[in-house]
Amino acid sequence: MIRDLKFLIVLFVIFVLAKNSLATKEYPVPYPPLTPGIFPCMNCHSDLPRNTKKRVLKDMHQDIKVENHGDRWCYDCHDERNLDKLKLANGDQIKFEDSFKLCGQCHGNVLNDWKKGIHGKRTGSWNGEKQYLLCVHCHNPHNPPFKALRPDPAPIRPDSTLLKPKHHNNEKKSH
Amino acid sequence: MKENKKISFVRRKFLKTFTVAAAAALAPLAKANSAVKDFDFEDFVQKNFKEMTPKEVEKLLKRLEKKYKEKYGRDFVVKATPPMENVEFGYALNLSKCIGCRRCVYACVKENNLSRKPYQIHYIRVMRFKNGPIDLEKSEHYYESERVPEKGYFYVPIQCQQCRKAPCVKACPIKATWTEKDGIVVVDYNWCIACRYCMAACPYMGRRFNWAEPEIPVEELNTNTHYLGNRPRMKNVVEKCTFCIQKSREGRYPACVEICPVGARKFGNLLDPNSEVRRIIETKRIFRLKEDLNTDPRFFYFFHS
Repeated sequence: MIRDLKFLIVLFVIFVLAKNSLATKEYPVPYPPLTPGIFPCMNCHSDLPRNTKKRVLKDMHQDIKVENHGDRWCYDCHDERNLDKLKLANGDQIKFEDSFKLCGQCHGNVLNDWKKGIHGKRTGSWNGEKQYLLCVHCHNPHNPPFKALRPDPAPIRPDSTLLKPKHHNNEKKSH
Repeated sequence: MKENKKISFVRRKFLKTFTVAAAAALAPLAKANSAVKDFDFEDFVQKNFKEMTPKEVEKLLKRLEKKYKEKYGRDFVVKATPPMENVEFGYALNLSKCIGCRRCVYACVKENNLSRKPYQIHYIRVMRFKNGPIDLEKSEHYYESERVPEKGYFYVPIQCQQCRKAPCVKACPIKATWTEKDGIVVVDYNWCIACRYCMAACPYMGRRFNWAEPEIPVEELNTNTHYLGNRPRMKNVVEKCTFCIQKSREGRYPACVEICPVGARKFGNLLDPNSEVRRIIETKRIFRLKEDLNTDPRFFYFFHS
């Protein structure tokens, strides 16, 4: 009897945990595009002292330049307490998966539209489950404007000679 | 309705006697002329798709699957998925986001088995406009740019607008094209007589004609097809965008929506107040092309950053 009860309790706990973990996925997003080899940041940073003074980086990460995104620097968004996390303006720590909350602090209208599926790209099915893309899948957070692309080839201009039988073309040439 | 049946009965009778005579007359030519060799008697005497019973449809689909297997050597699935209940498809396109990259054009070509070079058919035309008013006369779709978007230009992709009052449907003299319950304007390729009245009637240039036998590499064929959609077409039939009927009727997004790298294309059910398109129509400043013609398209454009 007690055994059965224990089993039921375990089942109940698993159910609650599973439900909670699903509920937190309000907006199902794929894994963020973190640079392989760089993340997790704490692999290096756990042993390094944290210098929170705003400065131009000289020893590492010189390739990351914050452009077209106002006067920002690392610790405005990255959490100096744990570099594998981001932080909101109010100091709340968030995961990289939830980075849309960070962007939405300033771009509230866009976040609103994104939640409704108006801004950004969604995949999945129009009458069922959808997958959202994070802001950072299209916008580099360090340089957000969408990058220009090479367009696919233009359509061929209509060419009526294509449809004529071959001997017609030959006649033309001989004249 | 009665009159219709009567007409179609007379037509049937005429076709049967006529085709028997014609087939007999043409038989000696069959080897010489490929057009006659490809002639399919069963296609020719087939009923209008809308008048078929479910059993007849099933038979037809099986016949087509077999025919395509023989022709292309690949296993096709030809479906006739009916419209869903309480669904009317709508489309919204954000012109502030579109960068004119033509990814949609070629995703559509691939998904819908459109003819490749040299008899190229595209359902989507991406028009490039100089910044300013939308003047279709001054737009062009043959632009070749290194990178898009270019400064001083904006882009308007145009495809079938799936009108509520579709001029093409009115123009068809033989009812080979009609509007389905979910709002998709479709063509029965087997019924089309190539008069191209529908193309003349369409103010959006949304229809394409197969002037030649479509050219598609066999390995690039999409074998998941719909009778009213992307099944292989033949020479001398009109075709058009069907919102990827083979995908959208199964709850999936059309290919152009799935590929768009900037998320400018939105698709959904106009009757569902929570759908993306409904939200856009209700909250953004939308417009439709050539609204003055009263075609009432289900395709909406909007500017929204």
